[in-house]
Amino acid sequence: MKLGFYPGCSLEGMSREYSDSVVALAKRFDIELVQIPDWNCCGATAAHNLNKELSLSLPARNLALAEKEGFTDVVVPCAACYSRFSTTHHELMHNHDLRHRINEVMEMEYKGTINTLNVIQFIDKYIIDKIEEKIVNKFNYKAACYYGCLLVRPNNILGFDRTEDPQTMDVVMRKIGADSIDWAFKTECCGAGLSVSATNTVARLSGKIVDDAEHRGAEVIIVACPMCHSNLDMRRSEINKYLGKKVTTPVIYITQALGLAVGISEKELGFNRHFVPVNFPKKAEIEKKAEVKTQIEEVNNG
Amino acid sequence: MSDNHNHIVDNSLAGKVKEHTGVLAARCYQCGKCSAGCPVSEDMDYPPSLIMRMLQTGDPKDEELVLRSKSIWFCLTCEMCIARCPMEVDIPPMMDFLRGESIKQNKANLASKNIISFHKAFLDSIRQTGRLYELGLTLDFKVRSMKLMQDMSIVPTMLAKNKLNFLPELIKNRRNIKQIFQKTIDKKEETK
Amino acid sequence: MARIGVFVCHCGENISATVDCGKVAQVTSDIPGVVVSVDYKYMCSDPGQTMIKEYIEKKKLTGVVVAACSPRMHEPTFRRACGEAGLNPFLCEMANVREHCSWVHDKNDVTTDKAIDIVRTLVEKVKRNEPLMPIKVPVTKTALVIGGGVAGIQSALDIANCGHKVIMVEKDPSIGGHMSQLSETFPTLDCSQCILTPRMVEVAQHPNITLYTYAEVESLDGFIGNFKVKIRKKAKSLDEKLCTGCGLCCTKCPVKNIPSEFDQGLSNRRAIYVPFPQAVPNKPVIDKEHCTYYIKGKCKVCEIVCPTKAIRFDQEDEIIEVEVGALVLATGFDIKRADFFPEYGFGKYKDVIDGLQFERIASASGPTLGEIRRPSDGQIPKKIVFLACAGSRDPAKGIEYCSKICCMYTAKHAILYKHKVHDGTAYIFYMDIRAAGKNYDEFTRRAIEEDGAKYIRGRVSRIYERDGKLIVVGVDTLMNAKTVEIEADMVVLATAGIASPGAEELAQKLHVSYDQHKFFAEAHPKLKPVETNTAGIFLAGACQNVKDIPESVAQASGAAVKVCGLFSNDELTRDPSVAVVNRTAPPLFSTCVGCFLCQSVCPYQAIEKEEIKSRDGKILKTIAFVNPSVCQGCGTCVALCRSKSIDILGYTHKQVYAEVEALLNTL
Repeated sequence: MKLGFYPGCSLEGMSREYSDSVVALAKRFDIELVQIPDWNCCGATAAHNLNKELSLSLPARNLALAEKEGFTDVVVPCAACYSRFSTTHHELMHNHDLRHRINEVMEMEYKGTINTLNVIQFIDKYIIDKIEEKIVNKFNYKAACYYGCLLVRPNNILGFDRTEDPQTMDVVMRKIGADSIDWAFKTECCGAGLSVSATNTVARLSGKIVDDAEHRGAEVIIVACPMCHSNLDMRRSEINKYLGKKVTTPVIYITQALGLAVGISEKELGFNRHFVPVNFPKKAEIEKKAEVKTQIEEVNNG
Repeated sequence: MSDNHNHIVDNSLAGKVKEHTGVLAARCYQCGKCSAGCPVSEDMDYPPSLIMRMLQTGDPKDEELVLRSKSIWFCLTCEMCIARCPMEVDIPPMMDFLRGESIKQNKANLASKNIISFHKAFLDSIRQTGRLYELGLTLDFKVRSMKLMQDMSIVPTMLAKNKLNFLPELIKNRRNIKQIFQKTIDKKEETK
Repeated sequence: MARIGVFVCHCGENISATVDCGKVAQVTSDIPGVVVSVDYKYMCSDPGQTMIKEYIEKKKLTGVVVAACSPRMHEPTFRRACGEAGLNPFLCEMANVREHCSWVHDKNDVTTDKAIDIVRTLVEKVKRNEPLMPIKVPVTKTALVIGGGVAGIQSALDIANCGHKVIMVEKDPSIGGHMSQLSETFPTLDCSQCILTPRMVEVAQHPNITLYTYAEVESLDGFIGNFKVKIRKKAKSLDEKLCTGCGLCCTKCPVKNIPSEFDQGLSNRRAIYVPFPQAVPNKPVIDKEHCTYYIKGKCKVCEIVCPTKAIRFDQEDEIIEVEVGALVLATGFDIKRADFFPEYGFGKYKDVIDGLQFERIASASGPTLGEIRRPSDGQIPKKIVFLACAGSRDPAKGIEYCSKICCMYTAKHAILYKHKVHDGTAYIFYMDIRAAGKNYDEFTRRAIEEDGAKYIRGRVSRIYERDGKLIVVGVDTLMNAKTVEIEADMVVLATAGIASPGAEELAQKLHVSYDQHKFFAEAHPKLKPVETNTAGIFLAGACQNVKDIPESVAQASGAAVKVCGLFSNDELTRDPSVAVVNRTAPPLFSTCVGCFLCQSVCPYQAIEKEEIKSRDGKILKTIAFVNPSVCQGCGTCVALCRSKSIDILGYTHKQVYAEVEALLNTL
């Protein structure tokens, strides 16, 4: 089956491994993710910080293009893009005059038929019920599921999960065998778009998150947003400086975790693109299987 | 939320906020929960509840401080404030509006220059190509902020891990994007 | 033949300053049917009234119109005067030429003409008035008090001490309510149970009070002075006459793990239990939902050990029917539990508790025998944080109103804590300090100045647990909204006060109005705080709105005096301006078609179904019947009736239309 797909700028660029893992996971479940043709940047933080109409027009163009292509469900793995799409849809559907104005600005009409899905909603709708039979390696690790801000807030627009102690990611992770822990920084902001312009703030905010996860024994942090990943992973040296200690807990995307569980290779999932090496302390079945494989090879070879 | 305040003519900044965003500053009873939960409250000169208070006074001096504050630029739009506010005062869209006003009235805080430069560099990139060109954004930002050596340490790693595209991605209908920019943020303000 | 007397009052100068009263009297004397028409300076005075009476006798008047002030002023005066002269009082009407005419216009001919018009309309009405007799209703001089908390107890004692019988119904096994759960009360720090238990015992022993505990009201019928109530006495599985309250059964019961309601879940009770040591009556009940015998048919240890053989496993619920004249609702309130607040842990942190749980911890008869200890590990907390307004004044997640009592009890909690843990620190996050009672503000100052409670003005954004401590992230708005983070050992949430569970169902059973928060509605927010819109049912205590003990007791006494006032008559007299469904000769019996639209709109449940039967009992027609004891004469049914089968006595269609036609000169 085919679903609409909006990768967004991060997944095309710095966070390409996220895109690779989403597409590979979908393919494993016979889903082809078709990009909205000629999609543009949703404007992210910059647009809404500086101009409201711009911040609505940029996502609206993508929604209108998706409608033209005949999509209904569009998968938007980046939490920030998901937030912009949802907010735009909500504002345009609730304000007649505003919708006319934005349609006029982008010279296209958005009718309001697109159903934006974040990556967890995509997993819940299309993958989770079928995953048990495809599990090859149980994900036997203690995972801290980090939701960040924009997946669950503002609740009255997104209507997804609950704002305090959300559970949707935890439920998915438990389905693949993870020990999803209870921790205190599930929805605290990582520092968002200030990574470049206020790196110290990001170091502090992301540092607190990483510290709490490590303190509670998490072996891995699961994310569903490329900005969160970037702050928790790429900025790890700044985080370590802020915390005054070296924290080696890896950060992976939820689609990478699921991909691993259904047997997609680490290479295909793009683990090598992460700054913090993805070394699970106890590599359970993966290592065992690799060990057995090499043993068989040795026997066969000689 | 009762919305029968339309008969009151309010030319203050709080009145403009109400007109453009629907947020009524008078609803805030200064409990401070937003400031308590705001992740960047310590980076701000005025935490969110204090910004609310300065809008409530209606004093032009306070309004000036609001538009010139660092607070509005440090706000991450993490939406934590509205998620916790007992009176459902929607601070994020209010912050968006104050940011726009601050730029329009040329009162943006100098200390927040870098944050604003980053946003402007970001939009510059999209205006040209339709999608973010990270190298272009980085160079643009460095020029605007004069932070030439920032992040130079991670560039090699990023290149090695194939995280940086050397060339920008151009969408086909760049004209459409330019038009969108022209009709919105690039539009000259009509002088009254 | 109508013989109407018109009496025009000058009201000093109030009327005569703008209306020519002499002319009014002169012109109205020409109205057909008017046999005398005079004017006088003060009609309501003794000579004025005497004049009216003399004319009634001399001129054999069949009706009187007094053109003067508003009927709300003097209608009773003139009607009484007419009654004394032998004319039915309801044949006397007042034409309001003061508030409706002289006071609102300038002096000129048009004003006088208007006064004449007003008089004329009332003359036409009175010509069509019928004599009416006040309605008398007998009164059963027994009161029913629903709820055995401090308000119910006060009401019951007051009514009983006035010599009337009282039946008290309490749904828990013991009376006492929330006050019996408190450790000490503000602002005096009296031991709560010490001041309450003597009253509880008085109720149990009072010769005029019949106490039913573990019982609920099943249904209510009837009307003021004549209620019929069905009470369900839930089966206690106990013969109360044989039980001595020795308590042996409770010590031997093998089911030990039921969370105690009285201790708010901080300790366990058995399946056969007495809720607390000072319970009244001090006799156990068996919790059928958890007792092994009722679930599996085994055990019966209590029956075996009971020295007086008082256990009765075969006991069933009993329905008792009683007749009462008035009800006092004193069902109290409840509080929201700590689990409803998402950012404070959804109830998953054992050491985040609510105010009532703290009371039990502080109470000498509580789960920790009065020592302040953490529910999680029993340690004494050295840092305790109190959150005021945890759910109140919170339209987003909680309730929008202020729960009134929390500021005071939070101060009290801080004081109690400091008295018991001398080296501990108490922090209180507050929004305002509402301490408006007698000695209340001084009490809060005592908490701050003498007991060192640290008040921080601001709310808490979230609480999470780390390494056995509770991290409280709040703010100090008086310090420019600076973040305040406290590593606490225990957190007490002053949660919102809400309506008692089951309040809505009870209100619907009794036909008592309630608001969107399920608090019972008073008849008038300012002037009728203890009455409801349902005649004969009164309110006392927190079931009307969350309030503290002094106010509950005061309101309870207020309700009691209303009841005693009701009972001071053997009969109740009511205004006869009630609705009546017409009756005609058979076979029609009435123009009423039995659609009962009137019944559905009557705000007072005054309309019943009346079956018209033939001599052999066959139902010929079912029509509406207005209960004259309950009807308040509002007229809603009259306006709605499509066949014009209902009319209000004293304001019939004929009479009102006559007034209208008189005004239009079409008569």
